[in-house]
Amino acid sequence: MRCAVIVFPGSNCDRDLAVALEAATGRAPAMVWHQETDLPAVDLVALPGGFSYGDYLRSGAMAARAAIMQSVITHAKRGGFTLGICNGFQLLTECGLLPGALMRNQNLKFICKDVVLQVETNASPLLQGLIPETTMTFPIAHHDGNYFADSATLQRLEDEERVAFRYLDNPNGSSSDIAGILSENKNVLGMMPHPERVIDHDLGGLDGARFFEQLCDWAAAA
Amino acid sequence: MPHIHSPQVISDHGLTLDEYDRICGALDREPNLLELGIYSVMWSEHCSYKSSRIHLKTLPTEAPWVIQGPGENAGVVDIGDGQAAIFKMESHNHPSFIEPYQGAATGVGGIMRDVFTMGARPIANMNALRFGDPEHPKTRHLVAGVVAGIGGYGNCVGVPTVGGETNFHPRYNGNILVNAMCVGLADQDKIFYSAAAGIGNPVVYVGSKTGRDGIHGATMASAEFSEDAEEKRPTVQVGDPFTEKLLIEACLELMASDAIVAIQDMGAAGLTSSSVEMASKGGVGIELNLSTVPCREEAMLPYEMMLSESQERMLMVLKPGREDFAKAIFDKWHLDFAVIGNLTDTKRMVLVFDDEVVADMPLDSLADDAPVYDRPHTAPSKQTAIAASDVVSPCSTLEALQRLIASPDIASKRWIWEQYDHMVMGDTIGRPGGDAAVVRIHGTDKALAITTDVTPRYCEADPFEGGKQAVAECWRNLTAVGAQPLAITDCLNFGNPERPDIMGTFVQAIHGMGDACRALDFPVVSGNVSLYNETNGQAILPTPAVGAIGLLKDSAQRAHLALTPGLKLILLGAPAEHLGASLYLREVCGREDGPPPPVDLTQERQVGDFVRSQIKSGLSIVHDISDGGLLVAATEMAMAGGCGLDLSSIEPPTNPHAYWFGEDQGRYILATDHSDPILAAAKAAGIEARIIGSSDDSGELKMAGGETMSIEQLSERHERWLPDLMQ
Repeated sequence: MRCAVIVFPGSNCDRDLAVALEAATGRAPAMVWHQETDLPAVDLVALPGGFSYGDYLRSGAMAARAAIMQSVITHAKRGGFTLGICNGFQLLTECGLLPGALMRNQNLKFICKDVVLQVETNASPLLQGLIPETTMTFPIAHHDGNYFADSATLQRLEDEERVAFRYLDNPNGSSSDIAGILSENKNVLGMMPHPERVIDHDLGGLDGARFFEQLCDWAAAA
Repeated sequence: MPHIHSPQVISDHGLTLDEYDRICGALDREPNLLELGIYSVMWSEHCSYKSSRIHLKTLPTEAPWVIQGPGENAGVVDIGDGQAAIFKMESHNHPSFIEPYQGAATGVGGIMRDVFTMGARPIANMNALRFGDPEHPKTRHLVAGVVAGIGGYGNCVGVPTVGGETNFHPRYNGNILVNAMCVGLADQDKIFYSAAAGIGNPVVYVGSKTGRDGIHGATMASAEFSEDAEEKRPTVQVGDPFTEKLLIEACLELMASDAIVAIQDMGAAGLTSSSVEMASKGGVGIELNLSTVPCREEAMLPYEMMLSESQERMLMVLKPGREDFAKAIFDKWHLDFAVIGNLTDTKRMVLVFDDEVVADMPLDSLADDAPVYDRPHTAPSKQTAIAASDVVSPCSTLEALQRLIASPDIASKRWIWEQYDHMVMGDTIGRPGGDAAVVRIHGTDKALAITTDVTPRYCEADPFEGGKQAVAECWRNLTAVGAQPLAITDCLNFGNPERPDIMGTFVQAIHGMGDACRALDFPVVSGNVSLYNETNGQAILPTPAVGAIGLLKDSAQRAHLALTPGLKLILLGAPAEHLGASLYLREVCGREDGPPPPVDLTQERQVGDFVRSQIKSGLSIVHDISDGGLLVAATEMAMAGGCGLDLSSIEPPTNPHAYWFGEDQGRYILATDHSDPILAAAKAAGIEARIIGSSDDSGELKMAGGETMSIEQLSERHERWLPDLMQ
């Protein structure tokens, strides 16, 4: 499987994400600078965590207007697989590929800790190897992870089986304990927790490695 | 003859009349206001180390693995395979008290620049924080602001903040301490230094524009506070971590080429100190055209440009002809780039503005020939020893444990470090809360262990022993995770050096630190001094904070403190009997007297070397015994592992509270299912060792006589104290 990681000024989990993708696919992802306009031919576009443009406006709002994003949006709308983690999730909501918004955490503080997530669905190629109602432990590290959407949108997400992960112990005030969601065609996944931070035992767990391996499996199978 | 500047103007610049006369001598005339401002910051305590320099020289700074000791932006040590660790700790005390968020944030930014200036990518941040009485009306505001500021900066830049320490004491009510440490990684053949070279070479300014913020910050940090401290808010700089992140990437990209001759960040005293230090270290002259300095505001005067402490700026000397190449990199990262001058052979600093020479000063007089004082110092009086048998126990052992585990200095600091991204960069393999943080060297099996330590109450009671103990405890914490200790950085926080008793404390602490560094082969490679931490004549506790790093050649051979069931606990070192200056005395008995526990450096080394050899042989659970003594240490291990602890086989000793809570030094607890060979090896090495109990899955702490307590309840108390305070 071929992957690209988009790098914005202020991205800071780009290397971590590249390491995780390379471990899962055996292939170093293409690192694509935000000023590029064309994507290389890839199966998965990954938007990393960090503080693009310092997050001085709303988190992800500036990055959503970066030159490369037109190509990312086209890729996603054509059914290309797209993963946004943390700042990448914020960016996906800002550019309209995912509904809702990530507001400041309810306690108004940055939170960095392990959280337990429940897998809500595997009805997406990005989640096909996970078992619904099982749990995974990933770290979170964000100031703006409080997922918000209006009640109609929340209802749609539930009805269409688009809630990917829920927090067992909601750390940030997210509506319906939502930690990650899918797009309508289920090829775009946005999530606040960082699976790329738990990809070996020394780092505190292997759930992240499992996540990326199954995510990359479908391409091998396809 | 009257001076052209009034005595008030001279003293507002923090200079004495003697110092002013000395400036006139160096210039052979009176300085103009710009020159006066430049001398003012260069001769400030903060930049010149005028009170501390002669004493700092006594510290050991060399070892075969030291590549660069004090005198550069940061210290550099060899970590094998052609790699180097570059690190330093620095204070940002005065600004953090005035404006805690920005003060702490810019402290973090400044120390990271010191490290990446030398060619290193920052891989870990640490900090050492001291706040006033938890009940003091300002404390919560300061804690909240400082923690948010440290997190706000480091999280955005994307360097993990992996640990630190936090103490509370009323003596910090008027002067908190914010000491920030950064560790970076570089290739040994790609280390950059600050000595300028090459007459005619261009001097280049990169980074943020210069604004009117932070003017005279260094002078402010070289004086005591009175009630009007908050009026000094305009002297505090404002941080922009996003620009710092861009600056790191741009500088490292340029450093991969051969375009840079010398580079230095603009820290305290900004453009002044960076240009003076670079030129003076290189033995050259420097001419700057201030009309070309990128400015944030209109109509800025030379005085403001030279004294601004605007953040995220660097100064470099490039090879001639490489300007366009370098500029393209900074353009890519949307950072300012301007050639603002060149090197000369005059050994003078000449500043030009609007085609006029506005300052012309001999560089030696600004740097090497700045005043040095041997200030009078008096030896502090010794505390009377306290016999353990004379300390009346006000409560039972478990009740004392309950109080200690939730006392300000021991209580969990999770509330703080969960606000720091401690995992970004994907190499944190020893998270906060352990004896030392452990950060893997990316892509290798090696790791660095990092810790910061000092016990200010020991330094107050006996600065010599306290200085020794600060170094020894760092060494012990690195040892407890299995790392070979390499070197230290120090951040010496004291009161007004013009008071002989304060100066005496400073001198004694340095002697103690030096002794420990020599005995443990643990040299000082960088550091900083922060004096005048005093408000209305009340000084802080003497706080020579030490930051240290150690190397794990194979990170698989490391230890942590979380206990698992089914193990024997071994106490390494003698049973305790010393209660002087202990937390038990302070928190349980309400007394702050007595001498601190002495550190036997020979024994320290012997026991530590033994622990490290056992970790190499497979021992994986170790904790050093420090604040609160044996029972607190054992309980911390049980709480971290969530298991039970059976200490009931220990017959109540004659002085149980000294046994359980005495802070005798150089001791560890090991947990193992192979206790016999370890006990035998300890005996063979001449080290006292005994089994004190075992771990189980009962979830209970069991003491002799049937006393028990739930570990979960203890843990709850331990975790609740700080969140409850901050609610």
